[in-house]
Amino acid sequence: MTDQAYNFAYLDEATKRMIRRALLKGLAIPGYQVPFASREMPMPYGWGTGGVQVTAACLTPEDTLKVIDQGADDTTNAVSIRKFFERTAEVATSENTSEATIIQTRHRIPEVPLCEGQILVYQVPIPEPLRFLEPRESETRKMHALSEYGLMHVKLYEDIARHGAIATAYAYPVKVEGHYVMDPSPIPKFDNPKLSDNAAIQLFGAGREQRIYALPPYTQVVSLDFEDHPFEPSKADHACDLCGAETSYLDEVITDDQGSRMFVCSDTNYCTTRQDAGHMGRLNQGEPA
Amino acid sequence: MSSSLSGGFADPARDASRAFRSCLEAMARPGTLQSVAGLTPPAPLSPAAAAILLTLVDSATPLFLGSSHDTAEVREWLAFHTGAPLVQRADAQFAVGTWSALGALSDYGQGTPDHPDRSATLIVERTALAPPNARLTGPGIKESHETRLPDLDALRLNAAQFPLGVDFYFTAGQELTALPRTTRVEALPCM
Repeated sequence: MTDQAYNFAYLDEATKRMIRRALLKGLAIPGYQVPFASREMPMPYGWGTGGVQVTAACLTPEDTLKVIDQGADDTTNAVSIRKFFERTAEVATSENTSEATIIQTRHRIPEVPLCEGQILVYQVPIPEPLRFLEPRESETRKMHALSEYGLMHVKLYEDIARHGAIATAYAYPVKVEGHYVMDPSPIPKFDNPKLSDNAAIQLFGAGREQRIYALPPYTQVVSLDFEDHPFEPSKADHACDLCGAETSYLDEVITDDQGSRMFVCSDTNYCTTRQDAGHMGRLNQGEPA
Repeated sequence: MSSSLSGGFADPARDASRAFRSCLEAMARPGTLQSVAGLTPPAPLSPAAAAILLTLVDSATPLFLGSSHDTAEVREWLAFHTGAPLVQRADAQFAVGTWSALGALSDYGQGTPDHPDRSATLIVERTALAPPNARLTGPGIKESHETRLPDLDALRLNAAQFPLGVDFYFTAGQELTALPRTTRVEALPCM
């Protein structure tokens, strides 16, 4: 069923123009959070209302849309957002990372490197990296304006003092082109190196917090660290139990109440593509599924 | 039918979405050429400048018309298709005209340190976007891009103000290219 009663891609044209203006200013000032008048969407806050609005403003009828939630194409959030745009924009959808022109993501960057012509749209819960250190918006604006990020370094230092290492494992703060410190959304810090020098356009939408920000392609993005405690992307020290991949980010799955566990790629498309190509992991030795 | 009512997007939602993707790609990859077809605005407004205006400008965005483009036909056409209030340079969120008609960049909103996004976007009408006279480097550019720009000194001064400053679209016929404030501009050696 197509919903002819809705405008193309659900949002009205005035709203899309407002979001589009914010996206362009975001690209012109990489890492700066542009305020926008976020709309009520037919889904609750926290389910990707910011990402959905950015995707709606960018979609053309010729696009192929992929939606992932923690790397997976088949979870409730990903399936329902994909269906939403199939109905309201009649766009093609795909689970294949390299076929997609727009990829909306919650908390992962696909394993396969992105290329020019692709757009990665992040769903962002808390866009302000300094919010838990300084609750006043008037103050965080000043800190960004002055590029005054001592407080963030103190926070990372306190991690080291308490745990012996920087304990922040996701939403790890980054500095964009030597000026703005930015929250990369709750992606694992394993994904942080992919933010930098990426061929795709990266757009970030926070619906509840009403902020949009962006990284143009080939932008220099540096994870904050110290000379004696350099940034280290980390992952579970295992290979995928289904496809045997040793370099992909893994989810830990508890398989019974005896403490048995397996590790599988969080990027489901990457994992199934590898399995189709004949790669096998510890728990997948080629027997029929 | 009066000419001010025609010449816009045939299918506004879908055509504007395609025009926006050209604007987005242009701003994300400074110096690359994008092409937008399908509009027939009154002269001297180019189809590319008209596409940017119809995609981004509406009653919420004050617009400055440079003297080169301040004709009755252009005013009527923009009034019907965008409804944008026409204002002076300092109050404008968007401006359109030739480089000389747009005047000094410092007359436009540059944003504030707290809100650098509250700055103007200038749509500069050109006779051609080639041959290149400038080399561009910065965010959005892998190594370097070459493009044709007016007054490199003024553009360098604008970039030096980062995070403040204005952003540009350059248009000629159906083609457009963009220059955000982050792009570093060097003159190409004369050949």
